[in-house]
Formats: sequence, C-alpha cells, structure tokens
Amino acid sequence: MALDALLVLEDGTAFECRTFAGSGEVAAEVCFNTAMTGYQEAITDPSYKGQMLAMTYPLIGNYGTNAEDVESRAVQVSAFLVKEYQEFPSNFRSSQSLGEYLEDAGVMGVEGLDTRALTRHLRIRGAMKGVLSTQDLDPASLQAKAQASPGLVGIDLVKEVTCQSAYRWIDGKIEREVELSGEIDPNALWTGGQGDYRVVCLDCGIKYNILRRLEERGNKLLVVPAKTPAEAIVACQPDGIFLSNGPGDPSAVTYVVDTVKDLMGRSPIFGICLGHQMIGQALGGKTFKLKFGHRGANQPVMDLATEKVEITSQNHGFCVDSETIDDPQVVMTHLNLNDRTLEGLTHKQVPMFCVQYHPEAAPGPHDADYLFDRFQEMMRSKQPLA
Amino acid sequence: MQPTGHGREETASKMPKRTDLKKIMIIGSGPIIISQACEFDYSGTQAVKALKEEGMEVVLVNSNPATIMTDPEMADRTYVEPITPEVVIEVLKAERPDAILPTLGGQTGLNTALQVAETGVLERLGIEMIAATPEVIKKAESRELFREAMENIGLRVPDSDICRGMDAVLKSAERIGYPVVVRPAFTLGGTGGGVAYNREDLERIAAHGLSASLTHEVMIEESVLGWKEFELEVMRDRKDNVVIICSIENLDPMGIHTGDSITVAPAQTLTDREYQVMRDASIAIMREIGVETGGSNVQFAINPANGELVVIEMNPRVSRSSALASKATGFPIAKMAAKLAIGYTLDELPNDITQETMASFEPTIDYCVVKVPRWAFEKFPGAEDVLTTSMKSVGETMAIGRTFKEALQKGLRGLEIGRAGLLGDGKDPDPESAEMSPERLRSLIAVPNSQRIFWVAQGLKSGMSIEDIHRLTAIDPWFLFNIQQIVSFSGELEQHRPWGQLQNNVLAKLDKSQMRRAKQMGFSDRQIAHAAGSDEDSVRGRRKELGIEHTYKLVDTCAAEFEAYTPYFYSTYETEDECRATEKRKVMILGGGPNRIGQGIEFDYCCVHASFALKEMGIESIMVNSNPETVSTDYDTSDKLYFEPLTKEDVLNIIDSEKPEGLIVQFGGQTPLNLAVPLEQAGAPILGTPPDAIDRAEDRDRFCELLNLLDLRQPDNGTATSVDQALAVAQRIGYPVVVRPSYVLGGRAMEIVYDDASLKRYMTTAVEASPDHPILIDKFLEDAVEVDVDAVGDNTGACVVAGIMEHIEQAGVHSGDSACVLPPHNLTPEMIQEIKQATYALAKELGVRGLMNVQYAVKDGLLYLLEVNPRASRTVPFVSKATGIPWAKVATKVMMGLSLADQGITTEVFPEHYSVKEAVFPFVRFSGVDPWLGPEMRSTGEVMGIDRDLGLAFAKSQLGAGQKLPTKGTLFISVKDADKAAAAPIAAIFHRLGFDIMATTGTHAFLTGQGIDCQHVFKVSEARPHVVDAMVNGKIDLVINTTEGKGPASDAYQIRRTALDRGLAYITTLAAARATAQAVEALLKNDTITVTPLQDYYGAA
Repeated sequence: MALDALLVLEDGTAFECRTFAGSGEVAAEVCFNTAMTGYQEAITDPSYKGQMLAMTYPLIGNYGTNAEDVESRAVQVSAFLVKEYQEFPSNFRSSQSLGEYLEDAGVMGVEGLDTRALTRHLRIRGAMKGVLSTQDLDPASLQAKAQASPGLVGIDLVKEVTCQSAYRWIDGKIEREVELSGEIDPNALWTGGQGDYRVVCLDCGIKYNILRRLEERGNKLLVVPAKTPAEAIVACQPDGIFLSNGPGDPSAVTYVVDTVKDLMGRSPIFGICLGHQMIGQALGGKTFKLKFGHRGANQPVMDLATEKVEITSQNHGFCVDSETIDDPQVVMTHLNLNDRTLEGLTHKQVPMFCVQYHPEAAPGPHDADYLFDRFQEMMRSKQPLA
Repeated sequence: MQPTGHGREETASKMPKRTDLKKIMIIGSGPIIISQACEFDYSGTQAVKALKEEGMEVVLVNSNPATIMTDPEMADRTYVEPITPEVVIEVLKAERPDAILPTLGGQTGLNTALQVAETGVLERLGIEMIAATPEVIKKAESRELFREAMENIGLRVPDSDICRGMDAVLKSAERIGYPVVVRPAFTLGGTGGGVAYNREDLERIAAHGLSASLTHEVMIEESVLGWKEFELEVMRDRKDNVVIICSIENLDPMGIHTGDSITVAPAQTLTDREYQVMRDASIAIMREIGVETGGSNVQFAINPANGELVVIEMNPRVSRSSALASKATGFPIAKMAAKLAIGYTLDELPNDITQETMASFEPTIDYCVVKVPRWAFEKFPGAEDVLTTSMKSVGETMAIGRTFKEALQKGLRGLEIGRAGLLGDGKDPDPESAEMSPERLRSLIAVPNSQRIFWVAQGLKSGMSIEDIHRLTAIDPWFLFNIQQIVSFSGELEQHRPWGQLQNNVLAKLDKSQMRRAKQMGFSDRQIAHAAGSDEDSVRGRRKELGIEHTYKLVDTCAAEFEAYTPYFYSTYETEDECRATEKRKVMILGGGPNRIGQGIEFDYCCVHASFALKEMGIESIMVNSNPETVSTDYDTSDKLYFEPLTKEDVLNIIDSEKPEGLIVQFGGQTPLNLAVPLEQAGAPILGTPPDAIDRAEDRDRFCELLNLLDLRQPDNGTATSVDQALAVAQRIGYPVVVRPSYVLGGRAMEIVYDDASLKRYMTTAVEASPDHPILIDKFLEDAVEVDVDAVGDNTGACVVAGIMEHIEQAGVHSGDSACVLPPHNLTPEMIQEIKQATYALAKELGVRGLMNVQYAVKDGLLYLLEVNPRASRTVPFVSKATGIPWAKVATKVMMGLSLADQGITTEVFPEHYSVKEAVFPFVRFSGVDPWLGPEMRSTGEVMGIDRDLGLAFAKSQLGAGQKLPTKGTLFISVKDADKAAAAPIAAIFHRLGFDIMATTGTHAFLTGQGIDCQHVFKVSEARPHVVDAMVNGKIDLVINTTEGKGPASDAYQIRRTALDRGLAYITTLAAARATAQAVEALLKNDTITVTPLQDYYGAA
C-alpha cells in the first residue's frame, strides 16, 4: 500500500512522494546517480552508506532484481528515491521486484518525486542532508530534523560496513571466515582457491565486483576488516594488498591511513575510491568534499600516460586535493575531464597505484578494466610503475 | 604533484585538426525516399557547418534542392547534380578536393563514394577518403566479410549463407530451416528483403531481393524473429577513444525493420550487466571493422529467454538512428563526426550544451524518448498493411516525456493521424465492429501492421492478458504493462460515463490528483474531454483551475549534472519549470511534424529559413516541431527549440509560457495550417496572411466568389451529394471530369472519370457522399499544360512572382508528382504576363502577406485557375534554388513588416539556365502497387536537374531520380488512341537518334502508317512472346506507355510494374516522352555530363 511521504532537505526544500517499499523515517545525506542502468548494484554498494540515493533516470525497477547483481551482503542506501517505480519487472534473470527487494531489506523506496528538480537543486546548492518520512509530513519539523542529523562530514562510516571478521573469497563467494588474531599460519590461511598471487583486501566496504575481478585475474583473496593492523596483514605474507572503496568522509578514517603508511613499500598496493583517498592521505595529501560529488557511469577520465579517455563508473563525494601532495615522487596518472579533479596517482619508488573511480564497474563501463592487469603486473615485478 | 605521461595535461601533446586538409567533398543522400529522409540533410548540414567553422572549403554534391545543405551559402561549391559515380568523378576532377567524407550522406553517399573509389580515380587525383576507407565500408556492408569480422572477435551473428542465385537460396533455407530472413546486400532500408516461412514465400522474396541487390546476392539468414532488438550509437576518434551516445530498444521485436518499429531510448529492459556486454561488443565491432572516426550504428538481437546476444548489422556511417540519437540526447553526432574526421579527438571538442565539459563522455538522459513511425499505406491501394524487414514508413515523430507512458501518448498524438493518444479519444473502434471480434482482434495484434499499437491497447481493454499479447507479438511485457496502465487509467477516467451515458458535470468530478495522473501519463486534454463528455477548451480551463500546469524540462545530455546552455525543451507535468522566457521580441514557428507523402522536407526547409530570417532581424526564433529527422529540430537552428507534438494543446502551452509576438503557421505545411484557425480563436497572434484568406481559397463557394470578383476563369464544375446529381453535373460540363470529396486535402481519393459507368462506381464505392460532404466535380482539362506559380505578397499590396513552373506531365497528375521546368519554355510571353497579372490580383485580394502558390492550367490559349494556396508550397525550395533567392526568408521578413521594396526585391528573376524538378516514387517498396501517376500524390521526394541546356537539365533530373536514360537500344512504345498522332513525331526522334522501335499492334500499325520503321510485339493479353517477355529478356531499354489500363490484369499495369521491378526507364505521359527525347538527344551530344555549382549560375545571373 503506497503511503504519502515527504522528503525535506536541510534548507527546507520539500519534495512530495509516495512509497513503493517500506515506511518510517530516515535522515541521511541526499545524493543522485546519473547512470541509466545498474540500480541494484548501486543500492547494494557499501559506499552509499549514510546516503539516500536518487536516480536521475526516471523509470526504475524495469528489470527487477536478481541474486547475482549484488555488490555486498545487503541493501546499503538509507532510502531510494525515483521518479516512477516500475512494479512489473521484465528480464530473464529477474527473481524479485525491486519493491519487494527493498521491502525485505527494510529500506524505504519512494516514487513520484521530481528527481530532476532535486538533482538541479543539489547541483546548484551543493550536497545536503535530508529527512524522508511517512510518519511526519510537516516540512518545518522535517527540516529541523535534517539540520540536526549528523550527515557525513567527519563521520567514520567505514566501521558500519567493514566485515566483522576476515574471510576467504573463493569461487565468487565468501567461502570461510578466518581468525587473524594471534599467530598467523599463512599456509593454512591460503589453503583453497586457485591463483598465482595472494592478495589481502582491506575491506572499507568492498564491492563484490572488485573481488570477482581480482579472482578472475588469478589471485587468492583474503578480505580483512578495516581495522586490521599493518603487521597482521604483513604476517599473511601477501603478494599484493588491495585497498577498497568505502563510504563517507575519508578524513575520519585515520586508522586506515596509518595502516597504509605502514604498508607502503612492503607489498604492491592497489587502491580504489576510498582506497585511493587513503593512499592520498598517507602520502601527505588532504581531501575535500566535492560540491555534489561524482556519481554515475559516464565520467570521462584521461589516462595521462596514453592520453586516452576512458568512460568510468564513479561514486565519490570527497576528493584528494592534488595540490596538497608535494612529494615529487608522487605523480598524477589520471584526470577527470569534466572538473579536472584528481582521478589516479602512483609513486615513482614504491610499487603502488590507485584510482578514485571504479574500474570494476558494476554498474558502468568496462573501459578501465586494464587496471586489474596493471596490478597483476605490479605483483609480478614488485616494481613501481614505469 | 606532477602528472605522468608527456607532462601536465595542459601541455600534453594535443592532436588538433589535420593541417593537410583544406578542401573536403561531402556527398549527400539525394531525394527523400523511404529509409532515406531529411535526417541526411540534418547530418549533412551539421557537417558542412562544422567543416566551415574549421576554415575548410566544402564541396557538396546533392541532387535534392529541398535541403538546407544545398543552400548556396552553406557549402562553398554546391553541385545540385545527380549522385552517380560518373557525376561525382566529374566534380572531383573540377574541384580537386583533398578528401571525400563519405559517411554523412546515408547509404547513397556511402555506396557512391565506394563506387567512385573502385574506379581508382581517387589515387589518380590524390584524393583521400576520410572517416571510413573503402575497405571499412566493404567490411561492414558485405554480409560475408561482416560475418567473418564478427567471428574474429567472438561475436555471433545469425547463421547464414550468402547466395547468388535461386538454387543456392533454396539449398541454404533447407540447411538453416524455415523461417528464414532474406537480406539483399547493398540495398537501402532492406529493400527486397523479407521473412520466408515456406518455400513459396522464399522463391518470391528471394527473386525480388536478387534483382534489387547491387551485387545480385542475398543472404539467407537464421530467423531471430521475436527476439528483442537493440541499437547502440557509437562514436570513435582517431586516438581510439570510443563512446556510446545512446542505446535504443525497439518495442517491436526482431522481424520488423527498425525504421518501422516504435523505438524507445534509452534501453529499458536490460540490466547493467547485459547493457555492458552490448557496449563492449559495440566497441569491439567499431575496432574490428576499423571505422577510423565518426559515428556508427550497431544493431543487436537478444533472446529474451536467456539473454543470448547476436549482432545483426553495423552501419559505418551516420544513420537515421544517429539523427534520432542526436535529438534524443542533445549530442550532435554528425557535427562531431565531421570534426573527428578532420583529426580532432573527442576530448578536444566541447559539448555545446554544457559548454564547460567536453564531448568525450557518454550522454545520460533523465527522460524517456519514444519514436513512432508514420506510414502511408492509404496512398498505395494494393499494398498490404503488413510490416516486415523491408521498411515502409515514410516518416516518424519523436516524443519526450518523464515516463514511457507520457512519451508514448505524446508520440501518438504527434503522429498526425487524427489520434489524440493511445485510446479513449473518441476514435476507438466500436466494440461491436468486426475488427473487435476476438479472432479478428487477435490477428490484428499478431500480424504486425501500422495500427498495431492501437490494437494492442484495444486487446488489453477487452480483457486480453499481458501474457497473451506477449505470446502473440513478442513485445516485451514491460512495454505491455505500461500500456496496460494507460488502458486502466483511461477506464478510470471513463468510469463516470457507463454505457456512454453521460452524467451531469463529470468534468467537475475529476479531482486534482486524477487530473495530474492523467497528464503525467500523457493523456491529452482531448482524451480527458472525451472521457468526461466535455470539450478540449473546458478541460483546459478546469485543469488550470485545479492548478495542473505544464512544465518544461531541458534536454541537456547530462541529466542536470551540469548547467545546460542550449534551450532545447520538452513538456511534462512536474514540479519545476525550467522555461527561460525572455523579454526580447520573439516569434514562434510551427513545423510540419512527421514526414508523410505531400508533406516533407520542403516545409521543413521553409521553417528553417523562417528561423534564419528572424535571427537576421534580431528577433528570437522559437521552433516547435516533433520530427527528429529535420534540420528544424537541430538545437542550434533556432534560438529555442520545443520538441513537442503539433497539437492545439501543446502549442497553446508554449504560447502561455513564451508569449511570442506572433506565430508563423504558413510554412510547415498542412499540420500547422490546420491549427491556424483554432489557435487564432484561442487568441494566438497569427502572422502574415490572415487565416480567413485560407478559408476563402479552400471553401468552394467563397473561391467562386473570389474568381468572379477578379474575373478569372476556372474549369466548369459542380457539386453532388448523390449519384444522380453527379451524373447530371457530368452531363452539363461534359467528360472527362475530376471527382473528389470536399473534405479531404492533398488529392486523397481524387480521380479522373471518363464515363457514366466509372462515375457511378466512384460515387457508390470509392467515397461516401452526404449533404455534409458533397463530392466536387470539375471539368478535366485534357492535355492542358499545368503551371505552378510561387509568389510573395507584402503589406503594401505589392507582389513579386518568385517562379513560374511549367509542368511536364499534363494537368491531372498531382503537382507534387509532376516534373516541372523553370522557367517555362512553352508559354507565350503574353500568357506569362497574364499569369503574373492574375497572381498579383489574387495576392492583393486575399491580402497575402508572405508566400502564395497558385496552380493554373493553360489550354487552347486560355488560362484557368485551378487552385490557390496562400501559404508556403512544396516548390518554394526548388524555386529558391533555381533563382538564387531565398524566398522563404523574404516572405518571413514580409510577415515581420518589411516590404518587398525594403528588401530590394522588386524585379522578377527569369533565369537563363533551366531547372527541372522531378519526383521520386516509392513504388518499388510496395509490390503489387500500380506505378501510375494520377491526381493523388504518391512521391516521397524530388530532385533537381540544372543546366543551361533544357535537354540536359531534364536528363540530369532523370538521372538524379534514379532513372537511367538509355542513349541507344530499343524503345518500346504503346499509346492510347488519343495520343497516337502526337506520339509519331516522338518515335521519329528516337528513330533518328538510332533507337530501334518496338510497338504493340495498334501503335505499330499507326507508326508504320506514318513511315516510321518499327517492330511488332504482342500485348500480354494477345500471345507470347509478348512485351513483358521482351522486357524480362533485356530486349527493351526504354518504355513509353500511355495506355490507361489499371488493375493487375491489364497490359499497362504489367508493363509498368515490370519496368519498375527491372529498373527500366519508363514513361507514362507523352509530355514526358517528348522531354525524354530531348534529354537523350542532349546526352548523345555531350560525352560527359557537365557539372556546374549553383554559385556559378547565380554569379552569372
């Protein structure tokens, strides 16, 4: 039964809508994604923790949901906002409608709002907190609640999404949990699975497709909680370390930055998204909050080495300020062609590289898939990028 | 931090445009035909502008005068010449361009460029082919090479065999298994293709396909009927950056040509995973085929049961779908393709719409786009209204909405077929009708046809399930579910009127939320009015009272992520309105909507010129149109673009928001003209000639009054509401007579009748006469010369004749179908003077402020007025090209208050060169249709032949229209008795020119009697071997046949149809035969066709 709902932003702007899943009240940062496909991947992406997500494409739910296109264990968004929900999915892989899927996850889905007006508002005024409610339809009251909500800045959301204990990812799924406290026996740890290299993935909210891509390349994967100390990771004797994507303000995740500092030079490192921001900070850089973020599947990024443009999938609200890294050993490898922000960097002496965007796609184009090959090459050679 | 690579990105080595290219040739697509319409004027115009912007000199070849690209100020050297390899080579020799850009002129441009390249002339002259080399074109176009290429990159194409000859065809079908798809190589829009369910089908279709194919080969292909069909528009630059501009999903599944399918952008029923597989495949195909730069279109089919993907085809050029994708996203594919061709890369080119971002991105849209084709089956009696893999639609309309439901209904009301939406508009079939019987309805839903979407809605309304309809149609259930929602809501709206009985005050019962839902689902005020038993105006009033107002949103390529600078709008019912009405002087131009026969590119040309003229005057121009193929719907043609259906409701909404000082309705053809009176009544300021003048010209009685007042002659006439009355009128004025219903325009159901029996048949079977709808009967002026005049009148009462065109076909052939020549060559100076005086008088009396077209007939030295239309006519672009004066611009300025004298237009131009316009027909697409010319227009487009010699001008027009005139061989001639005397001298000319003459009994006897040496051949009805045998056996090179038999059984039909199907030059009127004789003579006198650019003709004038 559809309920009337109201979304009010912290500046008082209100959007009437109605539910197609769930009910209640939720406060979160409001953001938009411009991809026209991939809503199931988006809502299960842990990087969206603490955010309610609006899709700019107006018709959502068209192809339902399925068991494969998930990026984590759960629906991660605080709420899902669309123009017109399609309650009749059509796709050979669909096993459940989006509405039922959200309902099962206890997440509110609303439709009927002018998502373009919302998007323009956020673009012009910048990212904002908001409250979505079916219980309280008073704009003033919701605005007050929005203003009082914590938002994202300075908040560590990684601890909300990282795994509670380490696990081995084998054959596209979580195979077994492992204990990392005390004495670590690498041989027992890496038993099972196929692959040339052992990769420890520091989970700040890792997307499953990163694990799928890494495994496909011929790696054995061990996923460890974000707070795993550097020494424990080194004790696992990895051939490479992967730093994952994740939600929220990177400057609040100081413990991972410290871990990265300790790990640099001890094993080849590849970072994506929040992982890139962790490396950026470990190299002395600062992060800042983008006005309204990059979320979509059409962002042009230039690989400065080849000057080729790749169309990339992105999801970040914060960015490493390239001006704040003055280490001459650090070089910019990738640049966003829309707003000229930093998209990738590497180090001349340390085998390490990272990108702000999502080469694992899901959703989005596969143009940047070559970066996974680059990581393989780095683990093989143990050398910095030429 | 330092960037890697060659340095900071600012200093990174740029790869700007090539400096070795200074002069580029573009080949256009020629006349508008089915599958090749205005979209190539749109792409060509963009390309010419883009190249000129870069300082390139542009040479253009295009035979179509009704294009913007052939405007003399567009390219530097504009050759309005036939698009044949020989002519293009002549132009290359004369101009010596550095390169040819072959990818912007459709299949015609591409094929011609390829044929030119194969002669080796490009190497000899040192001319490069850019964007796509001959090898690339061949790889993409040859089915065999394409299949190999796809296998190289691990993609599957449907199983197939290339067959040369019927034996191979039959063998292949046995191997693959029926049904099979027949696809001829190197043809347009699938001409000659089709689906064969059995051996009999196959023999018929393959025979046609083998002869239609340029290379006489067809592919017999595994059928993927019923699979889902998708298209991706792809761009690549020379650094190998590849982006997808747009994905398109066809509502109609595989088996229906994409040009005949309702299509939707973006793809709706693909998960990201499946979409990315398709994206990766498109990029791989682009690279494997090797398209160096520019846009391409890749078509895929997906098995809905398991997601299996096959590649259907790839066009290594800008296509109809690219035009649609450009309009759907705001990304100018053709412009970018031109810039990439000369060396730019995507990251160096700005996105015009956002300005701050570059073209190296993928557009994302926040609306739904629906394209609906427009057919013209009613024009082709005998053609079956069944859709197959061979395209039959003549135009299309596009609609944008925030939901699929809204876009679909906007598209259907924009189609101009009298429907105000999907259903519930008062046009639904009677539930008791034969069509609505369950069996008949199921068949109308199952067999694809031009009305299928409406039948699907009726099926759902009558209780059929989505599953059932999906089984019958293979239309994806997602679309059906959305259609079901429209149907259900329509029922909800109608709930207040059970059994058609209206309750009181229904409209007032519609509440705000129902009204909003209705509008958000795309219901028009007319549909709501029908449901509420009210009228459109009352619904509009009630809607505004409830506060449900339209809003405009921008098409911005980026879903609002960046600010957009280009004012390209669509309407929807949302909370935020992005309309940017200014305080400037502004004028709105109403375009022509979807192309159809009788209303095509010529009117779009006029609208574009209106916009250019307004810009020149510093007045903001606001374009309203719904046709994605056109230049008028390019976002940089006008100051503002509203991509909207041309209905009263939609136009009034724009007027409410923009408040223009005036509307131009006389340039877009019948569509906006029909809106003139209702809009004026609603208070809209109509510019130019008052709408009342149109009524005076169209209303029979008022027209007679006008003629009497001006002392002008018209053929004897009368009206009839019964058979007896009709016979009485015919008795009085004498046969032959022209009969037509009073309530249709454009020659619909018009016939020439020679006797009582035919008149009775017409009155009883062809039309339904009633007191409200009398039949008009005019004396038919046999063998009269018909004359078309375009003129401009101004507010001082002055009038200038823009051009006088003498028709080559005699009166009785629709003026749109008749070849004509400017200036006239058979009229006396006195008659020309009389025509001018009559035209001035008409302009003055009607108060014409702008364009006017008058049709006259001259018989026995007397001038008759046939018709006057105080508006832009189809011939305006032709006259403008022939005279070098942009008459539509002149007329626009007149409408804005500048007199002709103010504009320096005081004398009339009587060019020293001849311009011949020839019509182009789609008969070859409609097997079984008689290619006979009559009072009902059936041509889709036109070409112009221009030369200082009349014979050559005519020859060029024929060549341009695809009719290759033989200069030797055998002429077959068969004429009706009345024509025999006049035919003899024509036969004599051909004989003198070295032709052998062949004739059937009557004509043979007559010609022999006249001392013309000729050979006898049997009529089809006489004995064998007969004339058709001779034609099939290649014994005949040219056909002149004026006999009037109609219907499949007649000799005349068999001869015409055979000539058409065998590609033989054939002529059906003596006047055209005379002109052809002159043309052949001119061709024999000249070794090569001389080519001259328009700029040189005007310079000389």
